[in-house]
Amino acid sequence: MNFSSPQVSTRGRIVLQAEDVWKSYDDGSIAVLKGVHFEAIGGHTVALCGPSGCGKSTLLHLFGGLDSPDRGRVCVNGAEINRHSNLLRLLRHEVGFVFQLHNLIPDLTLEENCLIPTVAAGIDRRAAQARLRQLADRTGLSHRLGHRIQKLSGGERQRTALCRALMNKPKILLADEPTGSLDEGTSAQVFNLLLDLVATEGVTLVMATHDRSLAERCDRLLEMHDGRVHESAYAQ
Amino acid sequence: MIFLTLIMTNLRRHRIRSLISVAGIAFSVAAMLTVVTILQGAIGMFSGILSSDSEIIVFERNVSDLFFSNVPAAALDEIAGWPMVLHADPVLFGIVSSADHPIITCFGVTAADARIRNATWVQGDRLTFAQHADDVALGERAAEFLGAKLDDHVPIGHGVFHVIGILKTSNGFEDGGVFMPLSSAQGFFHKEATSSVITIKLRNKEDAGSFKTMVKEKFPNLVGLEDAEFTRSYSQFKILKATAWAVGGCGLVLGGLGVANTMIMSVFTRIREIAILRVNGFSHLQVAAMIFGESAVVSLMGAVFGLLTGTCLLLILKQVPALHGYVDVSLHPIVMMIVIVLALATGIAGALYPAAYAMRIRAVEALRFE
Repeated sequence: MNFSSPQVSTRGRIVLQAEDVWKSYDDGSIAVLKGVHFEAIGGHTVALCGPSGCGKSTLLHLFGGLDSPDRGRVCVNGAEINRHSNLLRLLRHEVGFVFQLHNLIPDLTLEENCLIPTVAAGIDRRAAQARLRQLADRTGLSHRLGHRIQKLSGGERQRTALCRALMNKPKILLADEPTGSLDEGTSAQVFNLLLDLVATEGVTLVMATHDRSLAERCDRLLEMHDGRVHESAYAQ
Repeated sequence: MIFLTLIMTNLRRHRIRSLISVAGIAFSVAAMLTVVTILQGAIGMFSGILSSDSEIIVFERNVSDLFFSNVPAAALDEIAGWPMVLHADPVLFGIVSSADHPIITCFGVTAADARIRNATWVQGDRLTFAQHADDVALGERAAEFLGAKLDDHVPIGHGVFHVIGILKTSNGFEDGGVFMPLSSAQGFFHKEATSSVITIKLRNKEDAGSFKTMVKEKFPNLVGLEDAEFTRSYSQFKILKATAWAVGGCGLVLGGLGVANTMIMSVFTRIREIAILRVNGFSHLQVAAMIFGESAVVSLMGAVFGLLTGTCLLLILKQVPALHGYVDVSLHPIVMMIVIVLALATGIAGALYPAAYAMRIRAVEALRFE
């Protein structure tokens, strides 16, 4: 398998949808999501803001198929995610994840970390290497490919995580506080890179963040409180 | 390639733990190889005694041990007269003792016996064998541990025997044994007019089937088996082989437990990492394959080191005089294959629970706790 299959453009279409999604923990005693409705248009960037524990990460996990809602439905490209659907295909080809902590494997090199999704998806090694070189060029990591993660700075690690998330050309990028562990300067750099990459790759970005200044640079800014999503403002 | 890198990285990360597991498998494999080889050597030697210049062994049906077998002299006389029989040699097995050696194998044989004819007479003349009732010929090693020379008189059991020859054979049992004239042995062991077995040399090997049928018809309490048949079916050999594999198997089970322990610890310490792999598209089966891959690498390395260690151990044991003839250092491909397959199977079995545990890890829960 390689990346040669033509990518169907998702621009302008609803690529991610949540309808009346409920989620609770501890046998229902902690209700986190209480009837969430959400839509994301292909190629748009959406920021989810809200206090800690309001359910931003939970919602991202549901969007990525890592967890399932108690009630309601989540659709990616019109197909509902549930335990009967092909979650592996979703994780391998439809969505990419970036976390607050980079979640890289420290004993592997940058290159090896980035190739993991391609190994999982059975993508041809040469095609994967070419894709990695392309992303590494874009993120300024070309000279660090053979370095172990322990040797990289915080910014480089997060850029590596970004590369890894985009390796299989996902249509949706789910970013959970992607700059939360970085200092202000590095945070701005990584975020600029993130916006640049999603724009050129045509990826839909859904990002959970506490940083309103970053959130306001997205196409849409949504607030989460009381277990629901509320429209806040449209960015320019 | 990355998959293999992941496997090797995980093993490298806990080098000591991985090495201990490899050592566990290696020692088990070495123990199994050593025990199996020595016992197979012993079985081979015992078979060698029986198949010396013969194709068929006749002995008492349903005996648990050839030492308890009684074949009447009348049967020998009749069988020796059958037209397809070239020669029939009676052998009486017994255990004798001397002051410092409680167990010495004794072979009661005739002067015409193949063992006497084919051995190298280091001292003495084979033509003098069985001329007197108190004559014995000693195997070279038996002469050594009894401290006996030609013409000495050595106390064996309740008698004193005259050493008329010292033999050298390639067979450890024979080399450590005492050869008595058949009639003397019959008297010594109170088994007059009987032998333990008759070894048969046929004029034509094709007659083996009809010979065995004749034995069955004429002597219902006796059985005739071809050498290979005997080696396969003799219960003592079966017990020995089963014991060898059981001892080795126990070793491998212990080694497998070591692998299981390593793999469980390995999985427990990288739950988050497995969750990351799942988030990046690894299937349950790919996660399990990674765990099985790690245990397979440990097992294979253990098997290789075990084979090397076992061979070195056998080479050392070969130099021990008491084990002369027992140890065959040449590694039989089938034994190597069995050992490697068993080591791999043990490793895989040891990884079953860790792999199942790893497959059950829920990425969302593992990632929620930083």
